Amino acid sequence: MAMLGTRPQSRWLSLHTLFVFGFLYLPILVLIVYSFNGQGVGGFPPRNLTLDWYRTLFADGPIWDSMLNSLLVAFTAMLISLALGIPAALALDRAHFPGKVLFRRLVLLPLILPGIITGLSLLMLFRQAEMKLSLVTIVLGHGTALISVATTEVFAGLQKLDRAQEEASLDLGANYWQTFWRITIPNLKLSIIGAALLIFTLSMDEIAVSFFLIGRENTLPLEIWGRLRRGITPEINAISTIIFLFSLIAIVLWYRLRTRNEASPEIAPELVESTLQGT
Amino acid sequence: MFSRAYRAAITIPPLAWVVLFLLTPYVLMFCFSFWSVSPDQNIVHQWNLGNYGELATKSVYRETLFRSMWIAARVTFFALLLGYPLAFYLSFRAGNRKDLFYQLVIIPLWVSYLVRAYAWKTILGSDGVLNTLLQYVHVTRHPLEFLLYSPFAVVLTLTHIYTPFAFLPIYAALEHIPRNLVEASHDLGASPAQTFWRVILPLSIPGVLAGATFAFVLSLGDFLAPLLLGGPSGIMISNIVVSLFGAAYNWPLGAAISLCMLGLVVSLLFLAERLEKKWSFS
Repeated sequence: MAMLGTRPQSRWLSLHTLFVFGFLYLPILVLIVYSFNGQGVGGFPPRNLTLDWYRTLFADGPIWDSMLNSLLVAFTAMLISLALGIPAALALDRAHFPGKVLFRRLVLLPLILPGIITGLSLLMLFRQAEMKLSLVTIVLGHGTALISVATTEVFAGLQKLDRAQEEASLDLGANYWQTFWRITIPNLKLSIIGAALLIFTLSMDEIAVSFFLIGRENTLPLEIWGRLRRGITPEINAISTIIFLFSLIAIVLWYRLRTRNEASPEIAPELVESTLQGT
Repeated sequence: MFSRAYRAAITIPPLAWVVLFLLTPYVLMFCFSFWSVSPDQNIVHQWNLGNYGELATKSVYRETLFRSMWIAARVTFFALLLGYPLAFYLSFRAGNRKDLFYQLVIIPLWVSYLVRAYAWKTILGSDGVLNTLLQYVHVTRHPLEFLLYSPFAVVLTLTHIYTPFAFLPIYAALEHIPRNLVEASHDLGASPAQTFWRVILPLSIPGVLAGATFAFVLSLGDFLAPLLLGGPSGIMISNIVVSLFGAAYNWPLGAAISLCMLGLVVSLLFLAERLEKKWSFS
């Protein structure tokens, strides 16, 4: 859009963009820098750069126990949300049943709802069912909330799927089960991997829902949360830096998959249209 | 082309799960909000409007709700103020760096909420990075105490967290504006400013509405940032709910507040949807 011109407004716009990126990234940068700071989390300028906090971190048993719990939770929650999100997307795409609009709205609601409502309503369910809170309840919470992500991602993939292939498969005598595994799923492969990656990352980082469903064993974010209330050391910066790096890798991978999938790389359209419009 | 059995097989499992783990919990929340707690801390399953009466008469709930809405409104305002020009820049000016910039915006979106809230805590504290920096360059002699444990800290942190949420739908809306409309406006002699105000802005309103809804709703229900950075003056409505489900042990009253929040959120979503339909030109 060269013709919009390079006028003073244009320079302001570039400056504004720079400012916003600074605002978004400066805190993360500070966090990383101070994970190497010998003098603690505050104090300008950073002094006595050291790897000690990482050494403390690697020797910190409870952190790694909670990390293991989080990995376990994220993996199981991912399986649950995919196992339900893929059929949910298929159902929204190709089945008609009473209450479809309500179903769609309900599935997507956790995306836009503050975590506290999802967490508390499930807490009441588990209490009425007399289930003890544990990692299992967290898995059920994450699995349920993240069906929304699996559904939107897979639904976006289905919109680009050529149904002729499935029709041909059925015409040539394959049954629905074979067609599903040999045609439908392989065609949706990239959407499914992308969804899996996103769900895994979101579950690893999730705290608002877990906050209410936690039993005796902590997930990583809740372990960190507990320590924040007791006072902070750069050890928390160190673990946050590691979390940031892993999230970064996952997100960039997911983005690459998205663009390779020739999907519009925007997550917004489907997400927004589907949360705000129930048609 | 799909048989009845196939459609049943893809519909029934997710439908059953959603009814069990999403619909039932909301219904339970509704039921709880009409129950009460006995003095010996048992939940009494007797239907009454006591909780709602308490919400209507005790001013602390109303005031906290209004304070939360005021915080959420400020977050929404700043998120749009930061997000809209950013989206505009990416969509119309970024050229071949668009892809890179887009990734740079969505990375913070998916990076741990806790990590980012914690980062702000280390920046704003009385011996935090900002205060020690200001003293180091001799701008101030004593730490500025209002930075942390204040509504300011909550608004700042939530703006940081929800700006990418506001950005996304605005960017999507701007990307969907047919470029020849913009060109036509120029060819017909409109200035860039006129083109923006009369063509681009009106066409991007649905995105602005969606972005504002995201930012407002998500920050309204937040309880972690206020706990971590808010201090006594930054308490939000969800913090009251958390304490009612914890130490204060009054689940029914907590459920009543949650249900009011749910009602507020759902009505906002409906409102945004209607407005959005009104504004979309196709």
